[in-house]
Amino acid sequence: MYTARNYVFADSPEHAWELNQKKTNTILSGGCWLRLGRRRYDTLIDLSKLGLNQIEQTDTYLELGAMVTLRQLETSPLLAQYFGSYFSDCTRHIVGVQFRNCATLGGSVAARFGFSDIVTALLPLNCQVHLVKAGWLPFTQYAAMPYDRDVLTHIRIPLQKHIQVVYQSTRNTQTDLPTLTCAASCCDGRISLALGARSSRPSLLHGNTQSDLLQEAEHLTYVENMRGSSAYRRHLAKILIQRVCTCLEGGQHPCS
Amino acid sequence: MQLTLTLNGVRCTDEVQADTTLFTYLREKGCLSVKCGCETSNCGLCTVWLDEKPVLSCSVPALRADGKKVTTLEGLQDEAAEFGAYLADEGAEQCGYCSPGFIMNVLAMSRELTHPTEQEIQEYLAGNLCRCSGYQGQLRAIRKFLAAKGGCV
Ligand SMILES: Cc1cc2nc3c(=O)[nH]c(=O)nc-3n(C[C@H](O)[C@H](O)[C@H](O)COP(=O)(O)OP(=O)(O)OC[C@H]3O[C@@H](n4cnc5c(N)ncnc54)[C@H](O)[C@@H]3O)c2cc1C
Ligand code: FES
Ligand code: FES
Repeated sequence: MYTARNYVFADSPEHAWELNQKKTNTILSGGCWLRLGRRRYDTLIDLSKLGLNQIEQTDTYLELGAMVTLRQLETSPLLAQYFGSYFSDCTRHIVGVQFRNCATLGGSVAARFGFSDIVTALLPLNCQVHLVKAGWLPFTQYAAMPYDRDVLTHIRIPLQKHIQVVYQSTRNTQTDLPTLTCAASCCDGRISLALGARSSRPSLLHGNTQSDLLQEAEHLTYVENMRGSSAYRRHLAKILIQRVCTCLEGGQHPCS
Repeated sequence: MQLTLTLNGVRCTDEVQADTTLFTYLREKGCLSVKCGCETSNCGLCTVWLDEKPVLSCSVPALRADGKKVTTLEGLQDEAAEFGAYLADEGAEQCGYCSPGFIMNVLAMSRELTHPTEQEIQEYLAGNLCRCSGYQGQLRAIRKFLAAKGGCV
């Protein structure tokens, strides 16, 4: 568990950013990951009073605040309306309901874990992220960037006509960290497919056919750890690519 | 720092440290039903409700609960005893250590889901680990409890 001397409810995103420039301070979102460490912090910067826990809709995109919880992603009627069971599929295996009521979208995205179901799921959706200093960036750029001390406030998911999406993951047991994550979107015959839990960051591939994607996936790195060997993950990648492509061909999760 | 919240219906104001978890605070307030099983956000034993939603008190900083409503098993004694009787009838407990967190989450589920399917029940309770029981007795107890309340398929 971390220790800290001060606890501040940020009164604006800019206030959070200013506090976060000091290396001994930290943003505290759900705190679920932070608590696993033993660091000493000066100040914990709490974002929970900034109204960042909303999922809002405009004509062209959905805007999600950084403090939206994983459980909100899982159960949001708005997300379900546009993306079917996609967001429930990418969240429901993460630990348990109580955990998902704590852990946040912002914490999951900012941490950019290689195993992240959330980062994998957002990669093929052509999203944008908003950071206090850097402004709006393509999600793909943010997902690959080195860590810095900017503060994530929102994510925008465009509402693309005729897009289909599908999410699959494999785990050794239901609520364990994934051994492989795979998310795909298909728009006008072009498939974007993210593969995670195989290196330090998930990767995004593009192709028109299943065989294009299988070929591209051959060139990726597949790490070895206590959850699976590199060869096992490479094999799983082929299986998940075939599965998601079959789902897409079958018209699964069409978005309205 | 000052923390003001409503704990089991009673308004409380206390001084807490910046890094005090909700778990530690609640134990210090005498809510000894709240237990710690893992400290790594995995076991669900420390489950309490924050504004009616089940959360892991070992992971939530106490100050996050400022201005909110916190409920522990002590605040739900009649309902907890009612469901606890179903657990006992089904032989669903051995050491019983997991029960407080489990009961808190079952009661949260019974409020959130109407007529949950078997899969929905299992998914809702996937974050509550039990080292002894194998879960079958607990599932039987839940089905019977929900059926008696008119909330089971
Ligand atoms: C036991 C366990 C199992 C898990 N299993 C899975 C799993 O199966 N799949 C999965 O995808 N994830 C999993 N996770 C990760 C989890 O879902 C969250 O991603 C993680 O807890 C971070 O979210 P948080 O809100 O708790 O962030 P915090 O712990 O509060 O923060 C995480 C990091 O991000 C920084 N940060 C937080 N918010 C912001 C922001 N708005 N701007 C800038 N920086 C920020 C913090 O300073 C910190 O460094 C697991 C975590 C745990 C502890
Ligand atoms: S003690 Fe909180 S989840 Fe185990
Ligand atoms: S009865 Fe012993 S841990 Fe559940």
